Amino acid sequence: MRLPKSLILGAAITAIMVGAAVLSRVWTPADPTAMNIVARLQAPDAAHWFGTDPIGRDVLSIIMAGAWTSLGIAMLATAIGGAAGTLLGVTAAARGGRAERLVMGFNGVLFAFPPILSAILLGALMGPGAVTAITAIGVFMVPVFARISRAAAIQIWARDYISAARMAGKNDIRITAEHVLPNILPQIIVQLAIQTGLAILSEAGLSFLGMGVSPPTPSWGRMLSESQTYLAAAPHLVLAPGLAIAVTVLGLNLLGDGLRDLTDPRRGQAG
Amino acid sequence: MTQPLLQVSRLSRHFPLGQGMVRALDDVSLTLMPEQILGVVGESGSGKSTLARIVMGLDRPTSGSVRIAGRDIFALSPRHLRQARRDFQMVFQDPYGSLDPRHRVGRIIAEPLHLDTTAPKGRDRRDLVGRLLRDVGLDAADQDRFPHEFSGGQRQRIAIARALITKPRLLVADEATSALDLTVQKQILRLILDLRDEHGIGVLFITHNLGVVDQICDSVAVMKDGRIVESGPMRQVMDHPAEPYTRRLLEAEPRLDVIGRKVRPKPS
Amino acid sequence: MLSIRNLRVTFGERPALNGIDLSLARGRTLGVVGESGSGKSVMALAVMGLLPRTARATGRIGFDGRDILTMPERDLCALRGNRIGMIFQEPMTALNPAMRIGAQIAEGLILHQGLSRRDARAKVMHLLDMVRIPRAAERIDSFPHELSGGQRQRVGIAIALALTPDLLIADEPTTALDVTVQAQILDILDDLVAELGIALMLISHDLGVIARIADDTLVLYRGTLIEQGPTERVLRRPGHDYTRTLLDALPPRVRATLRDAP
Repeated sequence: MRLPKSLILGAAITAIMVGAAVLSRVWTPADPTAMNIVARLQAPDAAHWFGTDPIGRDVLSIIMAGAWTSLGIAMLATAIGGAAGTLLGVTAAARGGRAERLVMGFNGVLFAFPPILSAILLGALMGPGAVTAITAIGVFMVPVFARISRAAAIQIWARDYISAARMAGKNDIRITAEHVLPNILPQIIVQLAIQTGLAILSEAGLSFLGMGVSPPTPSWGRMLSESQTYLAAAPHLVLAPGLAIAVTVLGLNLLGDGLRDLTDPRRGQAG
Repeated sequence: MTQPLLQVSRLSRHFPLGQGMVRALDDVSLTLMPEQILGVVGESGSGKSTLARIVMGLDRPTSGSVRIAGRDIFALSPRHLRQARRDFQMVFQDPYGSLDPRHRVGRIIAEPLHLDTTAPKGRDRRDLVGRLLRDVGLDAADQDRFPHEFSGGQRQRIAIARALITKPRLLVADEATSALDLTVQKQILRLILDLRDEHGIGVLFITHNLGVVDQICDSVAVMKDGRIVESGPMRQVMDHPAEPYTRRLLEAEPRLDVIGRKVRPKPS
Repeated sequence: MLSIRNLRVTFGERPALNGIDLSLARGRTLGVVGESGSGKSVMALAVMGLLPRTARATGRIGFDGRDILTMPERDLCALRGNRIGMIFQEPMTALNPAMRIGAQIAEGLILHQGLSRRDARAKVMHLLDMVRIPRAAERIDSFPHELSGGQRQRVGIAIALALTPDLLIADEPTTALDVTVQAQILDILDDLVAELGIALMLISHDLGVIARIADDTLVLYRGTLIEQGPTERVLRRPGHDYTRTLLDALPPRVRATLRDAP
């Protein structure tokens, strides 16, 4: 079977980014916290591939360390929001009636709030930090996953093998675990990849606004906001985190599209 | 007198539609004796599939009762209904939709054993599934394969094996052969007859096809618009239909003796 | 009008059709009977010039002297719209659920024949009458889901007929329908062949359907042409064991009608 090109490219980009993030825990080209005022705002060269920042730190090292923060927050938020949303969605599909209306109503309310506004509100209540960012982003993943998983689960519930499982005396929870979840999993995984990309953008937005992790923990969003004033003097400072964000989001979207192509039943009838 | 295997009494099922009501089933009564095959014939919208789902306890009636081996299945507690399900199983129309594509055949066939806490496990379970696969004309080793590796007819055999694993006394087949090629249809009908003879199962056979009824049923009930318009012993209904609707159904059947019925223009 | 010579179609290594020969004239109905995997639908696609890119076809599909297999896509499009009509098994999936049926039938008329909206509507009324949709004036503005399966199939036939094709291909047109409706649809098709002089290729797994209206019958098994000839001869004196197997698979009641006939 031939894999879709978007899947290969997306998986490669994502693997490099995740690899860089993990690597940063044990090794970076330079200490991302080591200041060197003499070597401040240097343009990229052999010693500092991405140049240095206003206090002389190696930008590549900060980007790598920032990857850990940004990817970590995005993935955790998506995982938590995805799990909660999927759980709500399949429950709504299984129960129907009032439970379903309640879940979908709750979804509607969450959808109606502008996410950034609510995140600022949350930040004001809890104070900035990783937990705030994860909560704010995760909460807005819930309705997305609830909607998708409910729609997918409703389709599965209409299949005869669900009736067969009911004939076998299985209750809704068991049917959901054994038949519904495995069959909607491909769609959920596709969405996880795409939403992680969106979560990275959200994390960058929150950090940019100062609602993300606090200094000195590096983060791509804060790198962007801190480098604004040097835009003319040292454009590489904006370019590096900007590119990191764009490439990662692109990679995750390609990965999502590729996974979608891969799980599309119309693909390769002979299977 | 022996107790009926299935007794459906004055069954009605109404669905709300807009301002009004659809009577999917309207005062339907029928009786199936053990080891008999009762055909329920009707066109789409006749209510025959609603009847099947209610008899199987997958849907609840608006009024009326369903007794299987004397027990009113809607008077049972959910727990007792689950236990009673061992006695009745179902084969569905679409052999592509009735098997979970992500489960192996062995797991699919053994699924109803969930009902039976004393059911064999491990090695013994494999043997049991293997025996059933051979009973329905497949190979014992097929239990390690996935549904998509089988043809439509083979999948329907798998579905039948699943329905038989709890040794039910009543089998409901809802258009179980309609999606299959005619040569395969014939094999599956043969299989159902054999299973009836060997295991003494009673069958409620729901179909739109009078040709099928003619091949396996002992008695037949004709449904139209949620009601039974005519019922009786199979030969009597097929050979001397009393109702105009039954006659219309019989006349609409394909025939092989009306070839070239029309005068055609000469080919240009 | 349609003449197929030594048509072979393969998907990768897998052969789908191994050397089919047939011819079909105006005002005639050719029944193509075969079970799943016989290649009967592949044949329909080949004649429409709709084979997927993964398929390789050799031989010749002559339509009015031109070879469909070598025709450029532009000509094929014109051919499909104007000269060859197709009727599908499941009319619900072939119709646009969001479009009124009158508009769907008129679409081709306005697009290909440049009819005005008024003229197209008049023609649509005529077509709906031809496929015997009762109370056509009320139905013309219905959506597909408001019609019964049989009526939807009639709309499907009306769409195929709109551009007065010379060849109509019907792939299992009655399989999804109730028996009483099946008979009506077959009668409509039969009348169209007789009245309009259309050539009809009727594809079905059911010999009972074929027997009802086909002048000639062709039996396919796993991509191979088993036998062909006048329907009456194929049914009464099958020349091949597989044809006999198909006849045996018919319900005994249906088979009995063959014996009882004079």
